[in-house]
Amino acid sequence: MSWVTAFLGWLAEFFGDGANWTGSDGIPARLLEHLEFSALALALAVLVAVPLGLAIGHTGRGGMLVVVAANLARALPTLGLLVMFVLLLGASSIWPVIIPLVLLAVPPILVNTYEGIKGVDPELRDAAYGMGLRGGQVLGRVLVPVALPLILLGCRLSAIQVVATTTVAAYTGLGGLGRYVIDGFATKDYASVVGGSVLIVLFALFVQAVFALVQRVTVSPGVSRRLNIR
Amino acid sequence: MITFDAVTKRYPDGTVAVDDLSFEAPTGEITVLVGPSGCGKTTSLRMINRMIDASEGRILLDGVPVQGIDPPTLRRGIGYVIQQAGLFPHRKIVDNIATVPYLLGWDRKKARTRAMELLERVGLDPALAGRYPFQLSGGQQQRVGVARALAADPPVLLMDEPFSAVDPIVRTSLQDELLRLQSELNKTIVFVTHDIDEAIKLGDQVAVLRVGGRLAQLADPKTLLAEPADDFVREFLGHDRGIRRLQFVSTEGLRLRTDLTVPEGSEGGSPEPWLLVVDGDGRPVGWRAAARPGELEPYGTFVRGRDSMRAALDAALLSPSGCSVAVDEQGKVVGVATREALDEALAEAVHG
Repeated sequence: MSWVTAFLGWLAEFFGDGANWTGSDGIPARLLEHLEFSALALALAVLVAVPLGLAIGHTGRGGMLVVVAANLARALPTLGLLVMFVLLLGASSIWPVIIPLVLLAVPPILVNTYEGIKGVDPELRDAAYGMGLRGGQVLGRVLVPVALPLILLGCRLSAIQVVATTTVAAYTGLGGLGRYVIDGFATKDYASVVGGSVLIVLFALFVQAVFALVQRVTVSPGVSRRLNIR
Repeated sequence: MITFDAVTKRYPDGTVAVDDLSFEAPTGEITVLVGPSGCGKTTSLRMINRMIDASEGRILLDGVPVQGIDPPTLRRGIGYVIQQAGLFPHRKIVDNIATVPYLLGWDRKKARTRAMELLERVGLDPALAGRYPFQLSGGQQQRVGVARALAADPPVLLMDEPFSAVDPIVRTSLQDELLRLQSELNKTIVFVTHDIDEAIKLGDQVAVLRVGGRLAQLADPKTLLAEPADDFVREFLGHDRGIRRLQFVSTEGLRLRTDLTVPEGSEGGSPEPWLLVVDGDGRPVGWRAAARPGELEPYGTFVRGRDSMRAALDAALLSPSGCSVAVDEQGKVVGVATREALDEALAEAVHG
């Protein structure tokens, strides 16, 4: 059981050190950085992928684009992409890191939004048009609410991926929680490695929780089939 | 009135779904389009609200060609009921029903009041208003589908196999409900089905279509059963066409015997082999055979004047006595139709 003791020891050392809680490389600052990078990349990806997925799913035109994007996403090496952008654009701003993060985050959202809209029961679409809804109303008032669980799933998958990749991005000199792990390894400061890893895990769980909450609030009980409604 | 004027639907690959179709669906009546799969009945229906556009010919709504009307505007003025109800799963029942009123810009409160009124009108508990579609049975969902179609009080109702996905018992009650509603509302209804029994039960007139989208016969149900236009129609009507014709023969003139009923508890001899025992309120209890006076045998009833000869015959077949019990609307016995009486009436039906 010595490794448990060692693990706890490192944790105590990391979180117990008052110096780790203040300054530009303190835990609050690093957390905030991590949140900023992740949120910015995810927001940009959502802005690109959701409207595109809605348009393609609703009109049925451009489905190939989605397939290509999905395959590309599986094939792209995350770290390679990061390094390439940093080498190409330099490390003077955050954009060399944000751009590849956005590129990684787009496909899951695009694919799930597209599939969600396309997968809505044709009878429902038919009924909506038959009632006299116009194209945009069919999309906004029927297809999106019904496909929302899948759209949110895509966003959640991307968010997890972005949070994880932001960690790796520390390798290129970016801030964020990854710094503790990368720098810790470089200086054989295992307390920093262990403490940073735990923070990253907690952060990922927090992101999951946020999405669960968003889902709960935005998806109609009639779609999620949650029982005990009133 | 809906008028089909030489309407043809041809797809780009050359398939003809509807071929030179002309007929009229009169105002305030139910016109049923019936035929095998591939006869173009659903296509014909969907051309009325422009879910599909006709290739040739015109469809007129009270004299106005529908092709000239913007489809969403046209559809908001026409009720539309489809097979799986197609309710919006994310909306509560009350908001589903109010879909078209909301689209038409009605005030929210007015739309909801109207929806509640319709919920009751189609025979549903108002407590269902706050539920979601997945919490309702198939039959209930279909009733909501009808209520939704009626919400903005459109003069025309299109129904595309609305009752074919529910079990036979629910289907019968939905059909009866539709007929009851129609007797109050007098909508112009076009109803599509592949079930000839449903067509005959619901239709004021029935249009039988053959594969390839051509009209085989347009007639009222009675005429259709009595005089099918050709072998296709005859075959489509099925082998028990004769029995079904009895649905249109009234029991009004059926000769009834009133001397075959005895009050409960009475005993004593009678030359009749069967006597009908009735309770103090005049309702039937069972048949008593002269040979086994201690036992009561089952009976079958029909409402005199309201039910058809088919029901009267059916009631007779349900009882070992071979007689059918005529009751009034309250269920009280008004007489007994013996085999001889039924036989006379059947002979009359065949000749008349």
